Amino acid sequence: MSDLPRTIHETRQWLRSGQITSVELTEAYLERIQQVEPQVHAYLHVAADAALAQARLADERRAAGEDTPLLGVPLAIKDVINVLGMPATAASRILEGFMPPYEATVAHKLREQGAVFLGKANTDEFAMGWSTENSAYGATHNPWALDRTPGGSSGGPAAAVAAGEAPAALGTDTGGSVRQPASWTNTVGMRPTYGRVSRYGVIAFASSLDQVGPITRDVRDNAILLEAIAGHDPHDGTTFPDPVPPYSQMLEGGVKGLRLGLPREYLTEDMHPGVREATQEAVRVLRDLGAVVEEASLPYTDYGMPVYYLIATAEASANLARYDGVRYGYSAGAADLQENYKLTRGRGFGPEVKRRILLGAYALSAGYYDAYYLKAQKVRTLIRADFDAAFQRFDALVAPVAPIPPFRIGEAPTDPVALYLLDVLTLPSALAGAPGISVPAGFVEEDGEQLPVGIQFIGRPLDEATLYRIASAFERATGYGERAPTDAAM
Amino acid sequence: MPKLTPDEVRHIAELAKLALTDEEIEQYASDLSAILDYARQLQQVNTEHIHPTASVLPLRNVMRPDEPRPGLAPEDALANAPERQDGYFKVHAVLECSQ
Repeated sequence: MSDLPRTIHETRQWLRSGQITSVELTEAYLERIQQVEPQVHAYLHVAADAALAQARLADERRAAGEDTPLLGVPLAIKDVINVLGMPATAASRILEGFMPPYEATVAHKLREQGAVFLGKANTDEFAMGWSTENSAYGATHNPWALDRTPGGSSGGPAAAVAAGEAPAALGTDTGGSVRQPASWTNTVGMRPTYGRVSRYGVIAFASSLDQVGPITRDVRDNAILLEAIAGHDPHDGTTFPDPVPPYSQMLEGGVKGLRLGLPREYLTEDMHPGVREATQEAVRVLRDLGAVVEEASLPYTDYGMPVYYLIATAEASANLARYDGVRYGYSAGAADLQENYKLTRGRGFGPEVKRRILLGAYALSAGYYDAYYLKAQKVRTLIRADFDAAFQRFDALVAPVAPIPPFRIGEAPTDPVALYLLDVLTLPSALAGAPGISVPAGFVEEDGEQLPVGIQFIGRPLDEATLYRIASAFERATGYGERAPTDAAM
Repeated sequence: MPKLTPDEVRHIAELAKLALTDEEIEQYASDLSAILDYARQLQQVNTEHIHPTASVLPLRNVMRPDEPRPGLAPEDALANAPERQDGYFKVHAVLECSQ
């Protein structure tokens, strides 16, 4: 990979100076994909012909004098985001072969800006999971340790970026699905403020929580990509009308004098010692850079897991009602309509998706609505109030992303409660609608393998700029993100 | 709190239109019982006078002019249909025909 630019901003320099064309660059990535996909399986669909056509168009636009940050830059797109001309499966059998009749706003924006789509990246089915093991089309492997998961649900996009199969990618984060895989693959992952990025054309999981976010090799690239996809969308009534700040030009401010809170509830007793050490080391670095880091408290943290899993599954049970075997997707072909609904859905959905539909339907059902769903919505208000109070005192929060490093494929906890607790550090901020970014913070050694660990910064709603500023200062001081996995492993 | 019984799971599966095997029903009864048991800790939280959050957004009632505009072409809308006929989605009979 040493013969290719590492980042989007370096790619732009190469393209601008004529050192490489978008077609050559795209060919090089397609070759790289062919080389490592048998080991990594980051993609569900590689769109070689469409990508090369987009690259040719980008080269023509550049020849005509255009020079924008993403012109001719190849990207991977998580397979829950509709891209015209490519299948959109959400890694589910129920959408096998589905060709979206319209394009997601985020993809359309990137296309207009000249980006090249290499293909659709793997995910847990309907973005429900931690490891991509819930994909109906096989798990993605972590380029840092191929026997381990890259995390999830945006494990495909994160692994593609880490393995050099794309310089950057789009994922989605409902309860941590951008930040956790970023932390497990030594990449940078941003969950923007809820409402900052359009969800139009993004296959819905939990509509009050879903957000699209960039996964990149450095902070600058992340800011470039968020700038390109953020903003108001007339197709999505939940997007903010506020103008999008030029994030990529707001990275240099440093952290001197910034007040950062370290939530004491986030340093749990059962946390992996390596994650704890990486967090403490990150705090030391931030203090050295001049930030004021003090203990914060988010007292309702422990309720985040049950609140999230009641609300997200309730919303999912409603959103996934549309898969009926009539209008699109898999159909079991039974003669009786009711029977066809049940067989189509029973066979088309995987085990985790069915578990969540059942949990959500139960939480919404007569007699349980008040005790579960409504109660969860009320406690969500208290969780938001926790963050509001913390942001009175602090400019941002600093916290670990996942309590453990990436586990081996096939070795996820079997107890559903233990499994759902893996998200405990990313769920509360998602429930509060706050933005969060995961940045490389070092490595832990386990059984002779070097496993990436991330640190997250959580900010006030619509204050992504401060998060990028902190992340950029931390990145410049540490440089962990510059390390790439060795090809020997792949 | 009592465990979820297989019959209760069958009832929810019926509401959610999911055909499940007996093994799946047993498994989900056990899984859902564990998760709901954990979720019971929410009952400890005093939420008197606390409004529920359905959306974190400060935005309300986003309006646009009600003007005709192009939509999805019928051919595009039908392109992914498992069964279609005469420009429509084909659905098996819902009502019995009685003379």
